[in-house]
Parts: sequence; C-alpha cells; structure tokens
Amino acid sequence: MNTMLWAVLPYLSLVVLIGGTVWRHRYDRFGWTTRSSQLYESRLLRVGSPLFHYGLLFVVAGHVVGLLVPQSWTNAVGVGEHAYHVAATALGLAAAAATIAGIVLLIRRRRTTGPVFLATTRNDKLMYLFLAGTILAGTAATLWNTVGPHEHNYRETISPWFRSLSYLRPRTELMARAPITYQVHVVLAMLLFALFPFTRLVHAFSAPVGYLFRPYVVYRSRDARPPGAGEPRPGWEPVDR
Amino acid sequence: MRVMAQIAMVMNLDKCIGCHTCSVTCKQTWTNRGGVEYAWFNNVETRPGQGYPRRWQDQDTWQGGWRRNRRGRLRLASGGRWHRLSRIFANPRLPTITDYYEPWTYDYRTLTDAPLGDDIPVARPRSLLTGKPMEITWSSNWDDDLGGTGELGHLDPMVARTREKVADRIRFEFEQTFMFYLPRICEHCLNPSCVSACPSGAMYKRVEDGIVLVDQDGCRGWRMCVTACPYKKVYFNHKTGKAEKCTMCYPRIEVGLPTVCSETCVGRLRYLGVLLYDADAVLAAASVENEHDLYPAQLGVFLDPEDPAVRRAAEAAGITHDWIEAARRSPVRTLIAEYRVALPLHPEFRTMPMVWYIPPLSPVVDALTSTGHDGEDAGNLFGAIDTLRVPLEYLAELFTAGDPAPVRAALERLAAMRSYMRAINLDEEPDEAIPARVGLTGTQVRDLYRLLAIAKYDERYVIPTAAIGDAARLEESALPDGCSLDFAGGPGMGGSGPFGEASGRPVPVSVENFHALRDRGTADRPADTAGPGARVNLLNWDGNGRPAGLFPPHDEARRDDPGETDR
Ligand code: SF4
Ligand code: SF4
Repeated sequence: MNTMLWAVLPYLSLVVLIGGTVWRHRYDRFGWTTRSSQLYESRLLRVGSPLFHYGLLFVVAGHVVGLLVPQSWTNAVGVGEHAYHVAATALGLAAAAATIAGIVLLIRRRRTTGPVFLATTRNDKLMYLFLAGTILAGTAATLWNTVGPHEHNYRETISPWFRSLSYLRPRTELMARAPITYQVHVVLAMLLFALFPFTRLVHAFSAPVGYLFRPYVVYRSRDARPPGAGEPRPGWEPVDR
Repeated sequence: MRVMAQIAMVMNLDKCIGCHTCSVTCKQTWTNRGGVEYAWFNNVETRPGQGYPRRWQDQDTWQGGWRRNRRGRLRLASGGRWHRLSRIFANPRLPTITDYYEPWTYDYRTLTDAPLGDDIPVARPRSLLTGKPMEITWSSNWDDDLGGTGELGHLDPMVARTREKVADRIRFEFEQTFMFYLPRICEHCLNPSCVSACPSGAMYKRVEDGIVLVDQDGCRGWRMCVTACPYKKVYFNHKTGKAEKCTMCYPRIEVGLPTVCSETCVGRLRYLGVLLYDADAVLAAASVENEHDLYPAQLGVFLDPEDPAVRRAAEAAGITHDWIEAARRSPVRTLIAEYRVALPLHPEFRTMPMVWYIPPLSPVVDALTSTGHDGEDAGNLFGAIDTLRVPLEYLAELFTAGDPAPVRAALERLAAMRSYMRAINLDEEPDEAIPARVGLTGTQVRDLYRLLAIAKYDERYVIPTAAIGDAARLEESALPDGCSLDFAGGPGMGGSGPFGEASGRPVPVSVENFHALRDRGTADRPADTAGPGARVNLLNWDGNGRPAGLFPPHDEARRDDPGETDR
C-alpha cells in the first residue's frame, strides 16, 4: 500500500501529466484555451478570478520553497525552525484564504449564473471537485497540524520524500509517518496532476511570458503550404473522415 | 523604405441603403455557428445612433486603440505590457454579452406542434445562452433608422462630442434631423492594436496582403484583443473560447474574388484594391501629436505606384509584378489618394485603419431640397455644406478626429461632381468653373463620376491573386475540401458526397467558382447540384433556391442536443 501510494502513484501521475500534455498539445491545440465565461458575467468574475489566481500563485511559490528547500539550508542562513514556521504559516494561510475565497466565489458564480452553468461541462465539474478538494485538504492539514494541537514538521517528512522522488529512490517510509490529513492532500494533488492535461487547466502552461519581449505587431507569411494540402492538421480533421 | 502591400476597402456612404444584405451574407458565410451567434463581422449601423456594440466609440469606457503619451510614444489605451499581463485573470474592460445583445432563436416548433385550438400558436423567443424564454430588449441594430434616437440620441458618443463643440446643437426633432448608414467591418489596420495586445502572439498581420487574422490554434482565450480593438471588431466565441474576427474573406481574396460583403452589396458601393505603403513610416505617422494631422499623416504613408522608384523598391521587397500593376489600377488608391474623397474612420484611434469611407452628401442635399432650394445647384450646395454645420461637424468627428476641413473638401468635390454631371445629363453646357473651384478638371470629374456611379465589377474590385507564380496551386486549394467550419456542430458538418462531405476527390475550387460565377444571373435553377460529389460552397452559393446538401442530413441524434435547436 505504501509503495503503491508513495512510490508508484507519484511517477504514474507525472507520466500522465507530461505525456498527456504533449499529446494534448499535438492533437488538440484548438481546444487549448481558458474557455473564459467572462462574456456572460463579468462582475463576480472580476473579483473572484484575480483573487483565486493570485492567491494560487503565492500558494505555488510557497510549495516550491517548502518542498524544495531543505531544512538544513534555512537553518544554515539562521532562520530557525520556529521562525520559519510562523512566517510560512502566516503567509500560507493568507494566500490560502484568498485562493479559497476566490474559488468559492467562482464556483458559486458557476452554479448561479444561468449561461455560465450551462457552459460548464462534466469535465469541468470533475476538475473543480479535485481542485477544490486539494486546496481544502491542504488548508485543513496545515491548520490541523501547525496552528492546531498536533504539531508536525512536514519539512522532515513530506519534503524529503518529495525530493527523494527526483533521485528515483522514493523514501516511502517518510510519507507513511506523515499525518493522514497531509496524506489525503498529497493523494488528491497527484490525482489532480494526472487529470491536468485533460481539462481546461492546461491554460496554465500558456502563461504568455513571451509577450513581454516580442515586438507589438506580429507579421506572418501566408501559409507556405496552402490550406487543404497534405494531411489535415491535428484537431482540424473533417468530422466525417 | 520598406514597401508592403495592403488590400484595402472604400465604401461610398451616399449609396448605402441600409439593407443589411452585406451583414446577412457575411453571417451566413462566417458566423452562423454556435458561440458567435451575437457576432457580426459586418454590421450596418444608423448614424447618429449608439452602434454595435453599444457606444463602441467611447474609448474612455472601452479603452481601445492607442494613446500617445507625453514623451510622444504610443501605448495601448488599455495599458502597457506589464499592466496587461497583471490583468490577465479578468479583463477589466471586456464588453459583456449585454453590450452586444443576448442572442435568441424562436420556439418554432410550437407553430407546428400546437394542438388544434382556438388560439393561434406563437413562437416565443428563447435565449441561445440559457435556453429559457426571454424578452428581446436590444440587438445589433436596435436604433435602426433613428428608431428611438429622439430619446436616446444623446448616447451616441459622437453626438455628445459634436454638441460640446458646436453651439447649434444636433437636433432630433423630425424636421431637423439627419441620418445615414455606416457599414462596418474590421479595418485591417496598419498599426493594429488587437495584434499588439494579444499575449499569445496568435493574432497577426499577413505580410502579403495585410489581412489581420487570428490563429485559432494559437489563441488561448485571453480576450485582450477584444478590448484593444477600438472598433470592437474582434469577437470572443463563447463556445470554443477563441477570438474570431473578420477575415476579409481571405480564401476569396487569394483567388481574386471580392469579399462576400462586397460581392453581395446591393448599393454596389464597395471598392477593393491594393495600396502600397511604407511600413517603416507607420509608427511615426500614428504618433503625430495633433489628432487632426493623423489623416494627412496616413496619406503620407501610402506610396505612389506610378513612381518608378517605388516600383523598384516594391519589387526588391518581393512584391510581385501583378500586385504592383494592381496597385496602379487600384480604385481604392484613386479614391483615397488621388481624389481625396475617401476618409478613414476614427483616425484618432491611431491604428491606421484601412477601410475608408466617402462621406455622404445626401443629408446636405436633402436638407436643401426640403427647404425648397435646388439641392443640386452648385451655388446652393457649396453654401449649404458650410452653413449646415451640424452634419459636417458630426461627420468630422467620425472621419477626421473633428477637423471639418477635409470633410468639407471631400463633400465639395462630390457636390461639384453632382452639379457638373447634372448639366451633362440635361444636355446643357457644363460649367468648367465648378470643377475648377475644387481643384479638379472636367475630365477628372467625369472619371470620378464614372468610378462612383457606373464602374463595373472588374473596375470596383481590382484584386490580384495570391501569387501569379503559384496561383493555380493556390486556387485549387484555397478552400480546403474539408473547410475550417467542419468541426462538430459547425455548419460544414454533414455531407453531400456519396460518403458524406468531402468524400471522394474534391472538385477543384477554381472550377467550382468559375462555373458558379458564370451561371450567376442567368441560371434559374439552384447552382451546384449536379453530379455525385457535389457540395454546397457557401462562399459562392448564389442564394438561388435550396440546393441539396445545403443543410446537413436529418439526424435524430442531434435533435436532443439543446445547442442545436431550430437554428
Ligand atoms: S479594426 Fe481590425 S485590425 Fe484594427 S484593431 Fe480592430 S480587429 Fe484589429
Ligand atoms: S449591402 Fe451594401 S447597400 Fe446594403 S447595407 Fe450593406 S453596404 Fe449598405
């Protein structure tokens, strides 16, 4: 069971994440979009969406630091265990609050605005379930194990386990020692990653950083190969073929 | 000097009868699909009026186009690069569907399925967004023919601006009002703000013909282009989550055919042709300080293909011989640069638009005639153009950023043409002093008259094919046999060949077009029905009857799909 959850599942979800993304990029570039519903409703979205996205950016940054920076490093620069935890918890909870407020607003909007609800696919609902589940489980775990009664230092269990994944020698016993609340969060997250390439979440991979560096007006030549020549591009095959 | 070629359009507003044929044929061709029900790549609005989407000209609200900052540099009105990326999670200035209108269909089935009874069944409107019954309160042309303008006319941003400047206010009382129609498509700008705002770099201007397009595979649905286009001519497809816009019917242009809106225009008021311009001069011209200088600055960007130096530079830049020849014969260039009767729409947006308009003289003539004057007498007309300040100032807000001088000059040239040609029609001796007053000769006036009044198809549309060298190859394939509308639920879905749409060997498009065009107007049977493998090509369907295969075959399974109701 431990091996299954903490050694097989992570690699499986990583493979699906990468493979799925490559596949999606090759075969469904047309479907690769945010599929924004702002056209239907703008008032709630304008509050909820930035709240959620900016909150999430901070949450992701927090995870990067928490998981990738070993405890010994922070100790070495003189940040003690306690100080680190206070800072991480405060910042993390603020970011989590923004993220949760945002996603609650967005889900509520989805449910109550007629056209937005109609435009919600089953795929979206599944994705929302896992996304919201992961975020809530993570927040609950943090609250329970740091602020709450059960002090647990995840930087001695989860973080080394996570890093051990990259040496291809997963230390499953570390994860097995982590509290169940964290375990739920991690499993949900791995499932979410496996789902990622097949949902609208892929738009996260299109963060348009290049925009900052390109000239304003883009010129392009007419397709050298005229349309219709050769095999149809993936995602554009005529339906009846 | 970097010579580039641009396919440009001129519309003669005097001849637009507001019939909306252009809008409807365009819609049939490009936007009769789910997700873009509300989008009109070509729309015709009554002026004065709010337009479509409502009050699109009001850039304080929508923040389209460019602004010149104090250092004399251009910046997108909706903010710089960092600013735009920081707003990527929710575009603060995106028009919502109500600013366009909520698309609807009718509950047609009650008309046929209602049980026998005393009441006549009614087809009620149903929203295409929610599927629920709805009340229709706005649409793409709600204030058609000044409908409601008496009360709502002040909402026209250009009326507001004109009233600020002119003491005698624009009046909407019946006897004092004026109106004309303004057909609008994407301007295929030289300095397109939509392209500049696209974070993904999916929008681009084609090097060969200047047509501005959206790469559907590259678009990620950030919606920044919708805000950035000051003409609000990029639409967001709410089903596919991608931006779509007027394509200048590039598959037709590539084979030398005019756009669908031009082809079907009842007033025959559209002109298409090539303009050569200096791409290096565009940015400076778009950045001139005084907004009134934008029109002359844009004229300065255009190059004269009669100048041998320009022709040499064009050839060096890889522009083919037939494009240069087409530029010399371009009716668009004649109207814009030679006679200067055509003016750009809202040059103050600084995008350097490339669909230009000949301002309407009719409001002036009508006003004269209704007060008992001879509306075509040169003396009366010249006086009237100036004294009837209101239409003039209003036109200036539309076409020259508020500078009445170029509008007056264009109208005077048209007035001179009218009275000069009337003398000829009445077999009188034309007065050569009239053209001289506007700086033209009698011959030039006759030329202008010919171009505006009787020019035939091949004089109005001078369109070189994609490239003479590989024209044949392109013609054969300009319309892919499975066209881009063939995705699920698209209009191309369904079939007409033996094994469905696009089965078997495709008939070369050029052959199809050739026959369809030759038969048009003479045939009294629907075009394009003969033989197996025939399919209906909406791009050249002549509207004659209902050829087999126009609609997808009856399919029970699709009936249950709520998105497909009675469209
Ligand atoms: S008018 Fe057309 S080319 Fe110009 S900014 Fe708008 S969409 Fe772009
Ligand atoms: S088809 Fe021609 S005349 Fe009719 S509305 Fe369009 S531009 Fe005007």
